[in-house]
Amino acid sequence: MNALETRNLNKAFGSLVVADDISIQLPKGARHALIGPNGAGKTTLINLMTGALTPDSGSVLLGDQDITGLESNERVKRGLGRTFQINTLFPELTPLESTTMAICERMGVAQNWLSPLANQTEAIDEAFGLLTQIGLADDCTKPTVDLAYGQQRLLEIALALATKPKVLLLDEPAAGIPKSESAALFEAIADLPKDISVLFIEHDMNLVFTFASSITVLVQGKVLVEGTPDEIAHDPLVREVYLGGADHG
Amino acid sequence: MQPIDPQKWLRNKARISPYEIAFWIAALIIPYAFFPNYLALASQIAATAIFCIALDLIIGYAGIISLGHAAFFGLGAYAAGILSQKGWGEPISGALFGAIFAGFCGWIVSFMIVRVQHLALLMITLGLGFLLVELANTLDWLTGGSDGLLGIDTWNLFGVFKFTFWGYTAYGYTLGAAFLVFLLCRRLVNSPFGLALETIRENPQRTTALGVPNRARLQKVFTISAAIAGLAGAILAQTTETVSLDSLGFQRSADIAVMLILGGTGRLYGAILGSIIFLVARDQLSGMNPQYWYFWIGLLLMIVVLFMPRGILGGLEKIKSKLSTKPNQKVDGA
Ligand SMILES: Nc1ncnc2c1ncn2[C@@H]1O[C@H](COP(=O)(O)OP(=O)(O)O)[C@@H](O)[C@H]1O
Ligand SMILES: [Mg+2]
Repeated sequence: MNALETRNLNKAFGSLVVADDISIQLPKGARHALIGPNGAGKTTLINLMTGALTPDSGSVLLGDQDITGLESNERVKRGLGRTFQINTLFPELTPLESTTMAICERMGVAQNWLSPLANQTEAIDEAFGLLTQIGLADDCTKPTVDLAYGQQRLLEIALALATKPKVLLLDEPAAGIPKSESAALFEAIADLPKDISVLFIEHDMNLVFTFASSITVLVQGKVLVEGTPDEIAHDPLVREVYLGGADHG
Repeated sequence: MQPIDPQKWLRNKARISPYEIAFWIAALIIPYAFFPNYLALASQIAATAIFCIALDLIIGYAGIISLGHAAFFGLGAYAAGILSQKGWGEPISGALFGAIFAGFCGWIVSFMIVRVQHLALLMITLGLGFLLVELANTLDWLTGGSDGLLGIDTWNLFGVFKFTFWGYTAYGYTLGAAFLVFLLCRRLVNSPFGLALETIRENPQRTTALGVPNRARLQKVFTISAAIAGLAGAILAQTTETVSLDSLGFQRSADIAVMLILGGTGRLYGAILGSIIFLVARDQLSGMNPQYWYFWIGLLLMIVVLFMPRGILGGLEKIKSKLSTKPNQKVDGA
């Protein structure tokens, strides 16, 4: 059984087809890279998986459950976490508050309106542990808007991890941070527990070939080819359409 | 650098400050001791502060903008007023009746509210106010229509304290209610639920991706807010022993929003400060020249919004934090 699977997903914005019969399987424990030029429909595919967008047809399965009809937040409760290509955070709140909220929600105590947040010691400790692990402990009481860009990228990941996902979808986690730091970020992703299945979008081919166990190449909403890093690196079609081309996005 | 203690940090954020204690003691003593002729105004301010806190919950914390929140204020006022007119004038149960009625109506309306945003949200809340004014006007056999609801008789508070023209009982009653509402809302905003509301306000797309059912959370706070607004209306109806159509109307909704913006959103005390400034200023200025009164409010509103986007209280907090960091900067520079 796959951790996550799409079956014949289709989606068009008006006449622009952004997902064309996409069937992808993400095995348990996978480190799966989704690559393709800008505008290929990679972010759209993540949005279809998470429920942020509704497909025109096709289905999404999490484990053996069809989740196509579920709301986004219900999919999260079943173990589907994500990060965003463009920082999607809580500017006025601190990383500590943001992460604690995410954990309170997961623990089912976020409805509680008559007891102090400070009493949620378990959630607070877990949040602080997570922020320490990701390297944000020293700045976790500053408003997010005051954090450096790279730190905000890390918070993106910390928030997704706070939901304890079984499947984690990372939309260009290293976008906009210096090359020297992106390797460390991917080390952290590679070190995630093996039972978390990860799908990540990344443009840096060195990172992709280092960290991916399998790769899907998406071009104009279609799966061009799928395979191991080795197969992809030597695929003539990929070399022609994507790796060889000047447009790496 | 000191290592951070996250639990302590969150606890400190919610800690009661000495200023707060001083404020509530002053609110109890000053009107009774120094302004006994203004107790009616003081009660009106306290009731309005309750209403304004209710608005702060949805605007300041949850990010739901409303131009029609007087609908719930008025519903609470009419509910308590009619109850009293029909023969049950016990104030505390009457006020709770008004709150529950308004909260129930708020819950019904919340299904609509959480499905829209921005302009549509403004129009729905605005429309709700218009609709209720006309409804209350049409049902004049029940509400008294444009003559207002007459014949309200509020019994003694706790069976002992008579509501008199001088407003001694009225102010104690209203201030006590304001204090309890404040304590409740303070709990709420410092709870996990309060934090969840702030995250929804900051970024609903992200909260969804963290598993938060945004709509359910917003419906809950809207219902609570409507109930508190209803309580405020009920108390004002009981203490003034009248209810008029304008308790539901747009002017009152706009005024309360102005008070909140002036005082500062998302901090509870901003709502209180805004009510005090607005109503004291109106009392003083409109005595001089009633037509001119909104000229000054308009000017003040523009100045505050331009130069103190977080309201007067937010501005004061900023000045205070600047003053307290200045010495450090000097040390750095030396
Ligand atoms: N909400 C939308 N409405 C219309 N067009 C969109 C929308 N979202 C994305 N697109 C278009 O769909 C295409 C794929 O976008 P996207 O999935 O973001 O690509 P990628 O992530 O691969 O760069 C782009 O041409 C983009 O302009
Ligand atoms: Mg993208």
